[in-house]
Amino acid sequence: MNERRAPLFLERESYRQRRAIDAARLLPLVGFVALCLPILWGNGETDAGADGARMTSVGVIYLFGVWIVLIGAALVLSRRLRRIDAEQGTPD
Amino acid sequence: MQPFNILIAVCLAYVMALFLIAFVADRQAKRGQLGWLRSPLVYTLSLSIYCTAWTFYGAVGYAARSGLEFVTIYLGPTLVMVGWWWILRKLVRIGRSQRITSIADLISSRYGKSNLLGVIVTLMAVIGTTPYIALQLQSVTLSFAVFAQETSSSGWGASDLNATALWVAAGLALFTVLFGTRNLDSNERHYGVVTAIAAEAVMKLFALIAVGVFVVWGVAGGAGDILTRIDASPIAGWDIKPGRWVSLTLLSAVAFLTLPRMFQVMVVENVDERHLATASWAFPLYLFLMSLFVVPIAVVGLDLLPAGSNPDLFVLTVPLSQGRDGLAIFSFLGGFSSATSMVIIAAIALSTMVSNHIVMPIWLSVSQQGATVSGDVRQVVLMARRISIALVLALGYAYFRLSGGGTALAAIGLISFVGVAQFLPALLGGIFWRGATKVGAAAGLLTGFVLWAFTLFLPSFGSSFILPASVLADGLFGINWLRPQGLFGVSGMDPLVHAIFWSLALNTIAFCVGSLASFPKPQERLQGAQFVNVFDHNPNSQGWFSGAAEAEDLLVMAQRILGPKQAQDLFAQAAERQGKAGFLPDTSPEFLQQLERELAGSVGAATGHAMIGQIVGGASVSVDDLMAVADETAQMMEYSSQLEEKSAELGRTARQLREVNEQLTDLSVQKDAFLSQISHELRTPMTSIRAFSEILRDGGMSGDEREKYATIIHDETLRLTRLLDNLLDLSVLENGQVELDLQPVELADVIERSVMRAGIEDGLNIQRDLLREKVTVFTDPDRLSQVFINLIANARKYCAAQAPELRIEVRVQGGSVEVDFKDNGAGIPIKSQAVIFEKFSRLGDHRAAGGAGLGLAISREIMNNLGGSITYLPGQSGAAFRVSLPIDATEVVRVNQS
Repeated sequence: MNERRAPLFLERESYRQRRAIDAARLLPLVGFVALCLPILWGNGETDAGADGARMTSVGVIYLFGVWIVLIGAALVLSRRLRRIDAEQGTPD
Repeated sequence: MQPFNILIAVCLAYVMALFLIAFVADRQAKRGQLGWLRSPLVYTLSLSIYCTAWTFYGAVGYAARSGLEFVTIYLGPTLVMVGWWWILRKLVRIGRSQRITSIADLISSRYGKSNLLGVIVTLMAVIGTTPYIALQLQSVTLSFAVFAQETSSSGWGASDLNATALWVAAGLALFTVLFGTRNLDSNERHYGVVTAIAAEAVMKLFALIAVGVFVVWGVAGGAGDILTRIDASPIAGWDIKPGRWVSLTLLSAVAFLTLPRMFQVMVVENVDERHLATASWAFPLYLFLMSLFVVPIAVVGLDLLPAGSNPDLFVLTVPLSQGRDGLAIFSFLGGFSSATSMVIIAAIALSTMVSNHIVMPIWLSVSQQGATVSGDVRQVVLMARRISIALVLALGYAYFRLSGGGTALAAIGLISFVGVAQFLPALLGGIFWRGATKVGAAAGLLTGFVLWAFTLFLPSFGSSFILPASVLADGLFGINWLRPQGLFGVSGMDPLVHAIFWSLALNTIAFCVGSLASFPKPQERLQGAQFVNVFDHNPNSQGWFSGAAEAEDLLVMAQRILGPKQAQDLFAQAAERQGKAGFLPDTSPEFLQQLERELAGSVGAATGHAMIGQIVGGASVSVDDLMAVADETAQMMEYSSQLEEKSAELGRTARQLREVNEQLTDLSVQKDAFLSQISHELRTPMTSIRAFSEILRDGGMSGDEREKYATIIHDETLRLTRLLDNLLDLSVLENGQVELDLQPVELADVIERSVMRAGIEDGLNIQRDLLREKVTVFTDPDRLSQVFINLIANARKYCAAQAPELRIEVRVQGGSVEVDFKDNGAGIPIKSQAVIFEKFSRLGDHRAAGGAGLGLAISREIMNNLGGSITYLPGQSGAAFRVSLPIDATEVVRVNQS
């Protein structure tokens, strides 16, 4: 808000912490949307193997890809959050 | 050696290894050497009981039937874990701070410790979990059957399957009873069991990955080859059903939160909240690895094995068909681990719920004297747990026999999921919405349960069992919109999605409406606030765990309350009993109980309990505790205010006593002074009488002399008599025993008489104003005259003027008349003015005065008795006395009566 005032180290740090919590809260929602995305691919009634149809092999790669990205993001966030949780009882 | 026999041997060895792990872990925990037992890794691995035999065998079967849909069952929990900051963090914090023992306990505790809700949740959990346990028994027996078939061409009959299931159930019951009910921990943590579960988690992960690696790189030609095989397989097309996809993802997420066994490992067995942060990515990774090879195994199994073979057993049959017996046995152990770990935890969770919410309330109400003996209840609880465990497994076995073990594994699992998912509105509403009430929770739970039973559970038994075919086709009572799989006219929906939608939707509506319409009790509102605002109340609940720190903190606290010496002695004795040296004993339940009793002696039972609870459990004080504390405090305050009152009263009494004592001391001093005065006054005339009477007795003197001496003796005797008369008079006057002869008299007459009787013919000139003296007063003329005579005589005696003169002035002032006697002498010195009315006070030479010094004292007493006063008037030219007395008769009478 007040841009001219040089932010103290602690303020910047707690600002980062708040955003880490926001990200942690956002992550499952993003994950849910990403995992439900295949519903919107092509037409469900199309025969297997035809053009534009959903293929299991593609699905495997996509789903497991999203999955491992989610795990990676959770890993990064959990390291930050664990520190926050240890420092202060509740930031919210 | 035949593979089957090897399998039996390996299986037994594995079970023994599990027993050993559980035993060692329990022993270490008991010694307080937790170490790796409380590492985040063990916590994460223990969560893997989510992956039961349903995952191990069923996922492949699910994939072989419906393609990628199986993965939704693992995506839901992944989302919940990744979003741990939302729900799990709060759930774990509440579980720790409120000492929650099960999901039934959580819901019952949140809604005002309602036992009704506890019973409802327990029953629903038992009904929902029983099919699941049956499922595990079935998968173990089926996998045994696979090996038996391999060995003997005849295969297994149904009786062999049942016998196996029975043995497995009995073995699991034994293990669970041994390690699940060994001790009664207030935190309900079971280190041995959890460690064994973690070991089993490693086992099943490695087993499935081993099979997967074998399939991908042993059977197929690597990852690329597998992808082309998938494209060529019957499940190449991904026939995604949007409704099922979304609702199964959500359902698995919900079930992950509400399954009693998940709640047990996730919340109850959690030893450190920070483990959750690690598990938030580690457990999704575990699920990821468990799911990674499911599709390849399914595809390869469909390819290799003859059509019609059970896809649920591909994990076993694919290695066996390739002649890899060792791998198959490893895989079997993985499946065995999955099944047993789930059953053990589920049995512990359910037995806790059954014993706490059903058996104990009944037992306590049946045996009225109840929990008076401390060891009593422990035994009952443990026995209730053991019986409950056996009962849960027996139910599972019964369900297994009844259902015939034919249904596909996945179907049973999903029915169970939907059943426990009904806890969700009450659970989430309880921890996020303070307005949620007991009535709402009960309404929601019952609505959801009935709908689940009607739309999913009962139809799953087939059309002939319980629900007749006619109901299934035409609806309840023939009403079309009450069809179990087409409620309210909805048709064409997938039966599972239909059941999830209606049960959860109506459950939530009933919960909300019930909560909005009802009014919670105080206890409920307090609990609600504590649950919803758990982070505000209890910012730092972790940390009170490791044994040494705890004992030290207890000692610090106990010293404050009991005093250092006593507290240290107490701790040292306890340590000695435990066979330890030094001051810090293990914080065993016995020791805590003893300490609590000690503290209770000092600070009251409820406070003592709360204090120990604060340190040992990291738990916040419950409402009951607070109320008891408030009661005790109120009692103490009342007691102390009584004490205060009494001490104030004592203070008043002491002050009065002190005053009285001072008066008595004064009186005693006065009395002594008076006695010494009296003896002195009596002694003086007595001395002259004795001296002159001795002279007379000796004789030898003239008649004149004899007469002179006799006259002196006579005078002195007269003086003595006068003194005694005066004393008697004074005593009578002081005691108020004087008889007054009250009558109306003219003041002039009294003064006239007094002047005459005072005998002042020699030289004292008296000036009077006769006109002014014409005042009629109501008084005792003789007594009044006595006062006047005294004053006149004094003036004659002490007035040292050349021509002594006494003026008597009379003046009516208000309701009284004042008579002033003023002479023209030197007056009385200021320092003597204060004492002239005291007894025996005489100014100057008393012999010259010839009196005893009682005259003014007597005058004052007389005037008091007459309702008037006599005072010395300072500032006149000579000595001046003012006598004032009331004119009004009533005043005189009033004074005399009082």
